[in-house]
Amino acid sequence: MNDLVRGLTQAIRLILLADPALMEIIFLSLRVTGFALVISTLVGVPMGAALGLSRVRARRLITALLYTGMGLPPVVVGLFVYLMLSRSGPFGQLSWLFTPSAMVVAQVIIAFPLVSGLTMTAVQAVDPALRLQVRSLGATRLQEVWAVLREARIGVVAAIVAAFGGIISEVGAVMLVGGNIEGKTRVLTTAIVLNTRTGEFSLALALGLILLALAFLANVAMLRLQGMTKDE
Amino acid sequence: MKFAHIAIGLTILAIVLAACATATPAPTQPPAAQPTKPAASGCTLRLATTTSTADSGLLTFILPDFEKKFNCKVDTVAVGTGQAIEIGAKGDADVLLVHARAQEDKFVADGHAKQRFDVMYNDFIVLGPKADPAKIGGMASAAEAFKAIAAAQAPFASRGDKSGTNTKELSVWAAAGITPTKDMAWYNALGQGMGETLLASNEKGMYTLADRGTYLSMKDKLPNLVIALGGNSLQENKDKTLLNPYGVLPVDPGKHPGVNSDMATKFILWILSPETQKLIGSYGVDKFGQPLFYPNTQASK
Repeated sequence: MNDLVRGLTQAIRLILLADPALMEIIFLSLRVTGFALVISTLVGVPMGAALGLSRVRARRLITALLYTGMGLPPVVVGLFVYLMLSRSGPFGQLSWLFTPSAMVVAQVIIAFPLVSGLTMTAVQAVDPALRLQVRSLGATRLQEVWAVLREARIGVVAAIVAAFGGIISEVGAVMLVGGNIEGKTRVLTTAIVLNTRTGEFSLALALGLILLALAFLANVAMLRLQGMTKDE
Repeated sequence: MKFAHIAIGLTILAIVLAACATATPAPTQPPAAQPTKPAASGCTLRLATTTSTADSGLLTFILPDFEKKFNCKVDTVAVGTGQAIEIGAKGDADVLLVHARAQEDKFVADGHAKQRFDVMYNDFIVLGPKADPAKIGGMASAAEAFKAIAAAQAPFASRGDKSGTNTKELSVWAAAGITPTKDMAWYNALGQGMGETLLASNEKGMYTLADRGTYLSMKDKLPNLVIALGGNSLQENKDKTLLNPYGVLPVDPGKHPGVNSDMATKFILWILSPETQKLIGSYGVDKFGQPLFYPNTQASK
């Protein structure tokens, strides 16, 4: 109980003092996850929509693959990305290993199945009558897809929120490919692991509380955005 | 709805204000709160090392001197020795600082480094619960103690992660003529770092082998553990096989062309120089009454 209380007061103190190391860690966490989320959304939402709307014969197979992808253990993704980006691996000359770029790559791989898979199911749930109606009004293919996405936006936002929750809290992949390097690749989750490992429990708790607060704020913001695009 | 608006607005305001405010360092210096300003030149040296050198605070203590002298940022990747060696073998690090002689020699034999250099040493100790169920207090050798622990089936925590400490632990079991397996219920291979292993031993009253440096740096968090074998300082340690030498190895650019071998060489020369060796030997003396690491090169003898 003591540790919990100390963790809470330490979290507040660190924020109010604007502890520079903490601010660095927070901004890096947001940058890496933000980038990864944007990339997975830009690629995942269209792909999910396309899959949901099409009559591709392999759809069941692709669906199964995406659902499996949603359950990928992050540390396995991390290991895979490590081997790809290692100097002795195929993409070593990029020199992305142990930099935030590698962390973004890993988080995109983790987030993408979530975004596209859940977008796909949201799109599939849209009343097919809507598509016919929109097409009969003379909509282009693109406008048709956009209309369906707007109708499915609650599910699409939920997909993005789920992906965000998944990657902001994951630690196995970013620890492996980032290396938890102080000032360069240390994010909230890897800092929590480090502090737990060295017995600094109240500091670890403080960082955990800050992480939760950040996730809460981001989710509130995303839900506000979702509300704003509608005439609720 | 309005509440959410206000909450977001206030929080953003608070963060912006906080970012603009002049930062005052926190009174306690937890490991996460020590920012090092990166060198302006963009030079980076990647050091793969063990958790004991990083978690004990030694690297935070000595590296700024290197970074200032050579205007080069050292990226420290602190993992278990096994993983550090593997990172080096893939050419993803420029220099290694580890403590598993057999694995280091193999690293050189496999051509990943031309040579290894002795850097520093400390010793291993056997920790255990105050009650000492296996009665190993006062024994002269770790092998003897391990035999007693096995005989008493007293809970034992192993790192189980191919680290330098794990390697040493297994060699002690070998000297005692025992091969620990997972079928032995008292033997627990955690597969984790030194800190976690010590914390677990503290929680469950287990015996364990640890390097003195990490133990001392975490002592206040381990109230239920005492030093069962090894004395209170390296000089008092009766078992000379528990010596724990650290080696530094520059990754061979011939085998791994991408490494920063220039800076790696400078790093080796710097860490073996008399001044740095003295710096290493001074770490922890004021706080613990003894150095956590002893310098090891000819220059300092």
